[in-house]
Amino acid sequence: MKRRLPRTLAQALFVLWAAYTVSFAVLYLLPGDPVTIMAAGGGDASSVSPEQIAELRARYGLDRPVPEQYATALWNAVRGDLGTSVHGGQPVTRLIADALPATLQLAGATLLLALPLGGAVALLGTYTRRRWLRQLLLSLPAAGVSAPTFWVGLLLVQLVSFRWGLLPAFGNDGWSSLVLPSVTLALPAAGLVAQVFAKSLRTALAEPYIDTARAKGAGRARVHLRHAARNALAPPLTVAGVLTGGVLAGSVVVETVFARTGVGRLTATAVTTQDIPVVQGLVVLGACVYVTTHLVVDLLHPLLDPRIAATERPAVTT
Amino acid sequence: MTELTTPPRTRAATPEDPATAKPAAPRPGTPSRARRALAFWLGRPGLLLSAALLALVLLAALFPALLTSRDPLAGIPGERLLPPGADHPFGTDQLGRDLYARVVHGSALTLRATGLAVAVGLVAGSLVGLLAGYLGGRADDALMRLADVLLAVPGLLLSLALVTALGFGTVEVAVAVGVTSVAMFARIMRTEVQRVARTPYVEAARAAGVRWYTVLLRHVLPNAAAPVLVYAAVDFGAVVLQVSSLSFLGYGARPPQPEWGALVASGRDYLAPAWWLTTLPGLTIAATVLAANRIARALDGEARETP
Repeated sequence: MKRRLPRTLAQALFVLWAAYTVSFAVLYLLPGDPVTIMAAGGGDASSVSPEQIAELRARYGLDRPVPEQYATALWNAVRGDLGTSVHGGQPVTRLIADALPATLQLAGATLLLALPLGGAVALLGTYTRRRWLRQLLLSLPAAGVSAPTFWVGLLLVQLVSFRWGLLPAFGNDGWSSLVLPSVTLALPAAGLVAQVFAKSLRTALAEPYIDTARAKGAGRARVHLRHAARNALAPPLTVAGVLTGGVLAGSVVVETVFARTGVGRLTATAVTTQDIPVVQGLVVLGACVYVTTHLVVDLLHPLLDPRIAATERPAVTT
Repeated sequence: MTELTTPPRTRAATPEDPATAKPAAPRPGTPSRARRALAFWLGRPGLLLSAALLALVLLAALFPALLTSRDPLAGIPGERLLPPGADHPFGTDQLGRDLYARVVHGSALTLRATGLAVAVGLVAGSLVGLLAGYLGGRADDALMRLADVLLAVPGLLLSLALVTALGFGTVEVAVAVGVTSVAMFARIMRTEVQRVARTPYVEAARAAGVRWYTVLLRHVLPNAAAPVLVYAAVDFGAVVLQVSSLSFLGYGARPPQPEWGALVASGRDYLAPAWWLTTLPGLTIAATVLAANRIARALDGEARETP
């Protein structure tokens, strides 16, 4: 890993830079003048006077040539300044930092629910000999992946909050308000984990070393957990890395449904009011999350599978 | 656990497969083929149901008048918020509009947006993948790094950024969602093109002096298209979800227009008094996505996937 780390870090920095550049290109260079869009704020563009537009243009430096704009913006971004919101005027980094804790709680709770649930469904589904249970368990993940999150969230609110009056439906105060949103996000995430894990478990169970383990007299549970599951862990781990980004994106929908504050809500508001600097900052945040989780997954892989670490070790020194 | 001891089957269950033809058809003839097709479908009730449901949704999108005679936009003031019943199978909304008619008419908008999004991803992604895989070298590197970056930003976030730049509306949402799947299409196409480009017949065509773009379009593309088309089917369900999520958030169809995600969003204000306003359109989306995913799985190789 030590040898690979600099290259992985360089790749991570490249992805961040490229994500910034692509979002800059998309948001500032596409047809549709960003200043008019921003000044109108998602409303009617004709209500903005030419003086206002000129004033905005000068304030955001959009009257200068594009390469210069890009260079200034990138230099500011490197120093941690992602610009200011068009509507509130607050720095984008401040807005994101304020919204982040609530969403991190949500993401953490979601992953804590989704990973054990998905893992358990896949393990039990491939382990059981009862045909009906097997078919039921292995068709559940497909249903979890197919249900729209906004709909699942509203169903939960309807049943748990309104009909049974058990948990608060909206807002984010305390742990009780975290349950329904995280369950909503965890169901599709668990479905994805279960699908991938079940598939890799089936592949692992068909390997010759499983026959060897059985021939040596290892019990079914032991073969399943010690031999098959351990070797089948790599694909679901990779998917879990992707899921973290997916949870961030899913929070846009879920925080709207449950009227929570957080990064998702900030995204929805920024898109609705076409607040371009904030949207760009959020895209960069998404890329950051992706890059970080990939680094973690990369570091975890050799721990799970010693073969990966073995191939990386320089042969001369050992 | 019996299937673990048997040797791995390779698509044994598909009706065209000659392996299954021998036991099923003792004498050659046409009826055996039909019987095999029948056995294939009857052995998979879920797949049959999925195909029927998708056909119904397609029918609703193309000829909504066949499924309902009511106007999705005209409300009857005396029939506000009626629960589902014989007269209104899905109930009525706060303006007295028939929800079933709105869902039926809404399928056209949702499916059109989904089709457009998949088409954008398929065409743009295939083109990128074709060029990257065939040209190789620097062009390959540049195009694939770009695809990596598109994959690095979570899909919904990327399409939200695009919607911010493009503006709101069904077409804009469809394009934005389509762009997010370009990278996957490009990757799949590139891998396949690299495989095909090494085959002897492509080498022969090049040796015979055929121009490079003719080789690409006549020899490489037709032989490399299958995996991308399968992925288009796989992508379909996810795109329905993304399109309806964006219109749920309010960036798609404008309010009076019925669209599945927008229907759920407008029912949100009547969650406690009228459960059907959110539940039934949402159920339609979930069922459609489930059906599309089931069919995609069948196309992707039935025998390997089923437990």
